Amino acid sequence: MSKKMPEVPAASLADIAFMLLIFFLVTTTMDVDSGLERRLPQWVEEKQDEQVDVKERNIFVVLVNRNNDLLVENEWTNISELREKAKEFMANPADDASLPEKEPKEVPFFGEVMVTKGVISLSNDLDTKYGTYIAVQNELVAAINELRDELAKSKFQKSYSDLENEQQDAIREIYPSRISEAEPRKRN
Amino acid sequence: MSKFKKSSNKELPPISTASLPDIVFMLLFFFMVTTTMREVTLNVRVKLPTATELSKLEKKSLVSFIYIGEPLRQYQSKFGIAPRIQLADQFASVSDISNFIIAEREARDEAERPRMIVSLKVDENTKMGIVTEVKQELRKAAALHINYSSRKPAQ
Repeated sequence: MSKKMPEVPAASLADIAFMLLIFFLVTTTMDVDSGLERRLPQWVEEKQDEQVDVKERNIFVVLVNRNNDLLVENEWTNISELREKAKEFMANPADDASLPEKEPKEVPFFGEVMVTKGVISLSNDLDTKYGTYIAVQNELVAAINELRDELAKSKFQKSYSDLENEQQDAIREIYPSRISEAEPRKRN
Repeated sequence: MSKFKKSSNKELPPISTASLPDIVFMLLFFFMVTTTMREVTLNVRVKLPTATELSKLEKKSLVSFIYIGEPLRQYQSKFGIAPRIQLADQFASVSDISNFIIAEREARDEAERPRMIVSLKVDENTKMGIVTEVKQELRKAAALHINYSSRKPAQ
């Protein structure tokens, strides 16, 4: 008769498992990647020079030069003032003649509302710092997000992110995110 | 005689630790499953810019990364200190991007391809020139959905 095998002690199992656990605890990074989401325009073959006719008052021109200075609508501007200016441009509450036109549009939940035809145009120099560029983009996105949030609060008494999908779509139609990134011209 | 008189001679039995390994294993499996190991080793230094209007990259499997920044110290003798592009594990030039995008697209499921996102991890001190070239290449490769990776500003 063979001898009975002695039982394997399981007391140290917990210690081994703990060691593995601590290893994974330490190496795990829980951070989710996040960033500014944008859509690039479709590639078009060069030299068509299609001048899309957009009236001067409908464009909000933001230029960033190589020293990271901002020129907004031909005015030297600090980056902290950019958000307010962009909001004023997109909202145009007083129907100012120098700010963009509006056209009536049928939007669900709201009925017929005046929707702005404004476009934000952002161009930069080849030597602009990427950090500045992102800061400017961030301010422009923030301006539109704030407008949407204000509208959501006044209409639905909720913040924009808490709304139903259809309601968000409706608000997006009233305040579209139209930020166009012009291709930088080569310095002469 | 009180009803709650302590039985003085009885000792508390020791708590059984037999189920401790099971509990620990459960935690261990949780962390093993949720952990994502860093897939690429960075050859360039990337300090992300800060932004407040962030949106999260929910599905990791849809995202391809492009890194731009100064090469790390040990590569500087070979590649210089000018910002360089890193695709997957190696340095690349602007013209490699379209092939990279095609390869990344091939690696995805058919259903996922239209929803592919390219995340640009660019150092905040990089000049826009190289970023713009990369963007033009992405447009040519029809990878239009991009994400400028940035971090929350510290309080």
